[in-house]
Amino acid sequence: MAVPVAFFALFFAYPVAAIVGRGLKVDGVWQFGRIGEVLARPDIREVLWFTSWQALASTALTLLIALPGAYVFARFDFPGRQLLRAVVTVPFVLPTVVVGTAFLALLGRGGFLDELWGVRLDTTVWAILLAHVFFNYAVVVRTVGGLWAQLDPRQEEAARVLGAGRFAAWRRVTLPALAPAVAAAALMVFLFTFTSFGVVQILGGPGYSTLEVEIYRQTAQLLALPTAAVLTLVQFAAVGAILAVHAWTVRRRETALRLVDPARTARRPRGAGQWALLCGVLLTVLLLILLPLGVLVERSFDTGGGHGFDFYRALASVDAGGGTFLVAPLEAIGNSLQYALVATVIALVIGGLAAAALTRRAGRLVRGFDALLMLPLGVSAVTVGFGFLITLDKPPLDLRTSWILVPLAQALVGVPFVVRTMLPVLRAVDGRLREAASVLGASPLRAWREVDLPLVRRALLVAAGFAFAVSLGEFGATVFIARPDRPTLPVAVARLLGRAGELNYGQAMALSTILMVVCAVSLLLLERIRTDRSGEF
Amino acid sequence: MLTLESATVRFGARAALDAVDLEVAEHETLCVLGPSGSGKSTLLRVVAGLHPPDGGRVLLDGADQAGVPVHRRGLGLMFQDHQLFPHRDVGANVAFGLRMRGVSRRDQEHRVGELLDLVGLPGAERRAVAALSGGEQQRVALARALAPRPKLLMLDEPLGQLDRGLRERLVVELRTLFGRLGTTVLAVTHDQGEAFALADRVVVMRDGQIAQAGTPLEVWQRPASAFVARFLGFDNVVGATVAGTVADTVWGKVPVPGGSPQGACDLLVRPAGVRIGAPEEGLRCVVGTRTFRGNHVAVRLTPERGPVLEAECALRDAPEEGSAVGAGFDAAETVVLPARP
Repeated sequence: MAVPVAFFALFFAYPVAAIVGRGLKVDGVWQFGRIGEVLARPDIREVLWFTSWQALASTALTLLIALPGAYVFARFDFPGRQLLRAVVTVPFVLPTVVVGTAFLALLGRGGFLDELWGVRLDTTVWAILLAHVFFNYAVVVRTVGGLWAQLDPRQEEAARVLGAGRFAAWRRVTLPALAPAVAAAALMVFLFTFTSFGVVQILGGPGYSTLEVEIYRQTAQLLALPTAAVLTLVQFAAVGAILAVHAWTVRRRETALRLVDPARTARRPRGAGQWALLCGVLLTVLLLILLPLGVLVERSFDTGGGHGFDFYRALASVDAGGGTFLVAPLEAIGNSLQYALVATVIALVIGGLAAAALTRRAGRLVRGFDALLMLPLGVSAVTVGFGFLITLDKPPLDLRTSWILVPLAQALVGVPFVVRTMLPVLRAVDGRLREAASVLGASPLRAWREVDLPLVRRALLVAAGFAFAVSLGEFGATVFIARPDRPTLPVAVARLLGRAGELNYGQAMALSTILMVVCAVSLLLLERIRTDRSGEF
Repeated sequence: MLTLESATVRFGARAALDAVDLEVAEHETLCVLGPSGSGKSTLLRVVAGLHPPDGGRVLLDGADQAGVPVHRRGLGLMFQDHQLFPHRDVGANVAFGLRMRGVSRRDQEHRVGELLDLVGLPGAERRAVAALSGGEQQRVALARALAPRPKLLMLDEPLGQLDRGLRERLVVELRTLFGRLGTTVLAVTHDQGEAFALADRVVVMRDGQIAQAGTPLEVWQRPASAFVARFLGFDNVVGATVAGTVADTVWGKVPVPGGSPQGACDLLVRPAGVRIGAPEEGLRCVVGTRTFRGNHVAVRLTPERGPVLEAECALRDAPEEGSAVGAGFDAAETVVLPARP
C-alpha cells in the first residue's frame, strides 16, 4: 500500500495543494474569508446549481439507456458483438473537445439535423445530456456488463423454480449481485458529468457553465486564481462527498459472488421480446454513437467542393498547420501511443497494488484510501496539469523537461479505473482458494500471483484497456505539460480547433478520426487477446 | 508429531476452541468427530496457521509454530469443498505444491502421474477441473494435498459431499492408502461412521471442548457422557440411580454390568439390549413405527411411563405396529454414564 500512497501524495496531493495555496495565500497568510465571498456570488451559485442537476440528469439518462445495452452485450450472442463492444467504447476515449465538436456538427447550426429537418438542439441542455450519454455509454456497458456476463444464470433459474417471476428473479437475485457494479458505474458517470469540461464548453454556450468550465475561465481567461482556487476546493469537497456516499452504499453490498466463464452465459436471443430488445439496443447504438462518429468522419473528408483526403495529406506536413506545430501533426500518433503505453503500465502497477491492498485489509483507514483513489477523477485536470508545472520543477524532482511527466499525469487518471475494475472481481475471489495455495506452500505474494491474478486476468485486461484509453484521450492536464515538439493527439486536435480556417477545422476532424481509429484498433486487439485467453481457463 | 497445548480461539464471547489439548502420533490417523459448530474446522485452521490461536500453543515435531506462516508449515489440508483451482487443469492442480517447493518440471510430472495413479485417476492430467464429478474432484484434492509429502495431512469433512456408496468405498480406500504411505492424518468429520472406519483414534468434540478421546471401539462401547451417546445415535438415555447391579429408572428396574459406578447417573440402553416379549412381561409398551434396516428391524416403543424406547429385533420377531408388548433389558447392553453436571 505504501507505493500507491506515495505516488498519490507526490503526483496528486502535492501539486493540487500547491495550486490551492497559491490562490488562497497572501503573503503566507491563508485567506479563508475568500471562500465565503466567492460562494455568495449569484453567478457562482448558478454554476453550482447547473453543475449538480445536469450531472444527476445525465447519470439517470445514461443508466436508463445503457443498462439494457449492458444486458444485451453480456448475455446475448450475436454477430459483430465484439466489434460493437469496441465501437461503443470509442466515444469514451475521444477528447471531450472532439465529442463536443461531433455533436455540434450533428445538432448545431448548419449541422446534420439542421440540414435535414431544421432541428437544432445546441442551445438546449439536451445537447449536453445527449453528449454525456454518448460519452459514458461505455462506462455502464463495460462496468456492469463485465460482471453481468460472469454471473451464473443458474442463480436466477433457482429463483424462478422457487416461484419468482422473471422480473422478480432479476430484481431479487441478479440486481443485488450487480448493485456494486451499477453503483460504481453510476458514480463514474456522475463524476465525469459533474466535472464535464469540453462538452459543456462547446455545447453549453454562454448560458450553461459547469464548475470545471468556470475554473478554466477563471484561471486561463480572467487570471482570477483566488476564485479558481475556491472553486477547485468546492469541486474537491463535492466529489469527496459523493465518494463517501458511494463507499457507504457499496460496502453494504459486497459479497463473494459465484463467477463463471462469460463464454458460457451468452446465447442467441430467443423470442420476439429478446429480439426486440436486441434491435432496440442496436438502434440506440446506431443513433447515439455511430451517427455522431459518422458525421465526424464525414466532415473530415468534406473538403467543401467534394470529398477527398486533402486534410489527411495536410497532416503529414509541418507547414500546412500555418505555424501551429513544430512537427507534423501525424507524429502525434506515435507520441500518444508511447505515452499511453507507459501510462498504462504505471496505472496497472499502482492500481493493481492498491486493489490488492484493499482486498486484503479492512478498516476505516483502508476504506478512506479506497475513496481517495477516486479523487483524481473528480479534481480539475486543469488544476493538476498546472500544479505539475509549478511543483515538479525543482530538484530532487525536476521532471518538467522529462517525457515521463505526461504519462505520470495520464496514469493518475487511469489508476481509479484500474482499481474500480479490479476491486469487485478481486473481492469476489474465494478467499479459501488463496488459503489452499498457502497451505500448499505459496507465500502470500505467490498465492496472490498464482490464484488471484489468473482469475482476474480478464478484469486486468479490461482495466488495462480503460487505462490505455483514458491516457490516449486525456487532455486537461496533458495540454499544460506536453512539450511543444511532442504533442499528443488530443492536444494537436485542440490546437487545430483553436485556429480559424476551414483547413484547420478539417485537419482537426481528420486527426480526431485518426485518434478514433487508433482507439478502436487498440480496443479491438484487447478484445481479441481476451477471447483467445479465455479458452485457457 | 502434532501437539496442541490448551489451544483457544474465541469468536466474540463464544469459544470455538476452549483450551484443547491434543496429541497426534507419527503415522496415526486421528479423527475429530463432532456436530457442526463444535469447533472442528477451527481446530484444523489453527493447526494450519490459517487462524491464529487466542491462547495456547501448536507444536509440530516439538517446535512451536507461533509466527511460522502457513506456507512454511509443510502441512497438507484438504478443504471441505476441495477448493481446486478452477483455472488450472488436474495436473497443474496436483503439481501446485511441488511447484511452490521448486521441484523440477520433470520430477513434478513424474510425481503427478504417480499420485493420479494412486488415487485411481491415471492419465487425467489434462482434464479440466470443472468437468470432474464430485468423487473425482475429491481424489484430485487428495492427490494435490499428498503431492508435496506433507508431514501431516489434514482432512476437513473429506467425504462430506459424496453420495453414500462412494463414501463407503472411499473410506476403505483412504484407510488402506494412509496405512501404506504411513501418512500422519488429522481428519474432522461429523459422520461417526466415517470417523470410526477411518481412524486409529477418535476425539469427540462439543462446544470447543473435547468430550471424549479413545479408539473407535472404546468410544463406541463406552461413551463417556450422554452427549457422546446421543451423538453416536443412541437415544435410549435416561436418568438413573444405581445400587449394586440394578439401576432405578423411570422405565423401572434395569440391570447393569457389575462394577458400574454407583449413585445418580445417566443410563444408556443400546437398542439391542431391549428385549421384546409378551405384554405381561416387563415394561408395558405400545409399538410405534418400525424401520427396516436390512439385517434387523428398528422398533420405536412408547412405554406407559418415561421417554420413547428404541429396540432392535430380527425381522420375523418384529411386532405389529400399534400392538401392546412388554420390554425387558439386557445387562450386557447397558452402560452407566457419568451423571449430568
